[in-house]
Amino acid sequence: MKVRWAGGITSLVLVWLAGWTAAETDGVFDEYRAMFGDDNPAVFVIDEGEELWFTRAGPKSATLEQCDLGLGPGIVQGAYAQLPRYFEDVNLVQDLEARLEHCMVTQQGRSSETIHARPYSLRGDLGTEMEALVAWVAEQSRGLPIAPGQSHPEERSAYVLGESLFFFRAGPHDFSCATCHGQEGKRIRLQSLPDLTDHSGAAAAYATWPAYRISQGIVRTMGWRMRDCFRQQRMPELVMGSEASVALQTYLAVNAAGAKMAAPGLKR
Amino acid sequence: MKILKQVCLLMLVLSAQGARADAAAETLKSSMVEKNAVTLERVERDAIQVFCSKPRSVVGDPDEAAALREAALSAVTLPGDDDFLGDWRKGLEVASNGRGLQYTDDPAQANGGNCYACHQLDPEEMAYGTLGPSLSGYGARGRGLPMLQYTWTKLWNTHAYNTCSHMPRFGAAGILTQQQLKDVMAFLLDPESPVNRGLVP
Ligand code: HEC
Ligand code: HEC
Repeated sequence: MKVRWAGGITSLVLVWLAGWTAAETDGVFDEYRAMFGDDNPAVFVIDEGEELWFTRAGPKSATLEQCDLGLGPGIVQGAYAQLPRYFEDVNLVQDLEARLEHCMVTQQGRSSETIHARPYSLRGDLGTEMEALVAWVAEQSRGLPIAPGQSHPEERSAYVLGESLFFFRAGPHDFSCATCHGQEGKRIRLQSLPDLTDHSGAAAAYATWPAYRISQGIVRTMGWRMRDCFRQQRMPELVMGSEASVALQTYLAVNAAGAKMAAPGLKR
Repeated sequence: MKILKQVCLLMLVLSAQGARADAAAETLKSSMVEKNAVTLERVERDAIQVFCSKPRSVVGDPDEAAALREAALSAVTLPGDDDFLGDWRKGLEVASNGRGLQYTDDPAQANGGNCYACHQLDPEEMAYGTLGPSLSGYGARGRGLPMLQYTWTKLWNTHAYNTCSHMPRFGAAGILTQQQLKDVMAFLLDPESPVNRGLVP
């Protein structure tokens, strides 16, 4: 219900935006963002995420209340700012999406297959459970400094792997992440491209994901951002919570470390 | 002695990097699934891609860079009929079209060149990117054979001149057809093209 309503606002705004030329839209989006002030339509999705956390689901009919996001079972406040991090129970570095999947499987008895069937919503869809949960959990870290784990050797090798993936040129267009995000002050068509190799660029980006996407009317997660940039890179589809997704997010989070979380953000 | 030590160090550094790069490819293979026409083969890299995937802190061997440039140059296919220039109107479409080869694109549609993503071309068009230099007025450099060959080569395989250029290899990678390349050439060089109109005498 609530998610549907947020989508409705966006469709109205989209109709209004359609009257503007491409050159003007950047400014218009800024205006629109300002119009909302602190009223990010993501609030509806955050509420839904909170509700889902406390809802019994799966064959075990359990809630996610005992899920350990890194700070102990059930502790959500501040957890997002410290991800990705190493989890001893799985012997892996995980991001929020991989960790939530782990809890859904172990605590609720659900299958990974169904969780991966549609982790991110399609354009024009209602949001997914994963998107709502991520929005709520991330919101519980607002104002806290980004501090991903880097004390465990696995965490440090995730960073090194993330860096090599960031510069990995492949596919018919020879793109890497660095092609589009390796220099300051560049843009593609009219879309500004942050320099994600640099602290201030990485911080501005990392702190504001997950984000409510005005043009799509849904909350998008950082995992979705990785998948969609790989799509633009002409690569195959990135699996949610996969090693590459976690490593790239580790690279970005460490580059952004120290900046204050401000998610869910509001994006074009 | 000192030289020997340096060579050993270099080999160590190189092998460490090789291992890391392979780990990246293996990670991608296990982290991705094929989708529509896009398969996991996209993760496989050729020598240029491997050479140009180094993090900033690592400087590539200049001799290897030169060898890669030469190999790219000697493999350029010039148009068979010596006719480099097509229709600039069609070239404008190729330059504006950013689709092609993503798993969300229809493989039955022609690929675009997406030149506007990175270059200013028609000075009236405001929605241009800045990853590459402005090409407005490019036709002022003339249309003699060396200029035709230079531009064709740049579009066919940009690494022939600049080892780790950020530009795609439109001909060598099969992104654009010979005819599309000719049309884009005309868009860049024809005095009537909006890239040059009013800018080139
Ligand atoms: C072909 C160009 C291209 C490539 C390659 C690319 N990106 Fe992006 N990226 C973009 C564009 C364009 C945007 C802005 C999207 C928008 O505004 O809708 C973006 C946005 C982002 C953002 C969000 C920035 C913000 O401030 O909100 C992140 C993070 C990001 N990309 C990371 C990556 C990573 C990691 C890779 C490699 C796996 C990558 N990108 C590859 C074009 C690219
Ligand atoms: C992803 C970015 C990107 C795309 C897409 C791209 N270019 Fe480029 N291009 C560059 C960069 C960066 C340079 C400058 C560095 C170099 O020469 O390698 C360049 C250089 C050039 C040059 C040489 C300029 C000179 O001064 O000699 C030409 C000509 C050119 N591009 C044409 C095109 C055309 C035509 C297209 C589309 C079919 C295109 N480019 C698409 C990034 C791009």
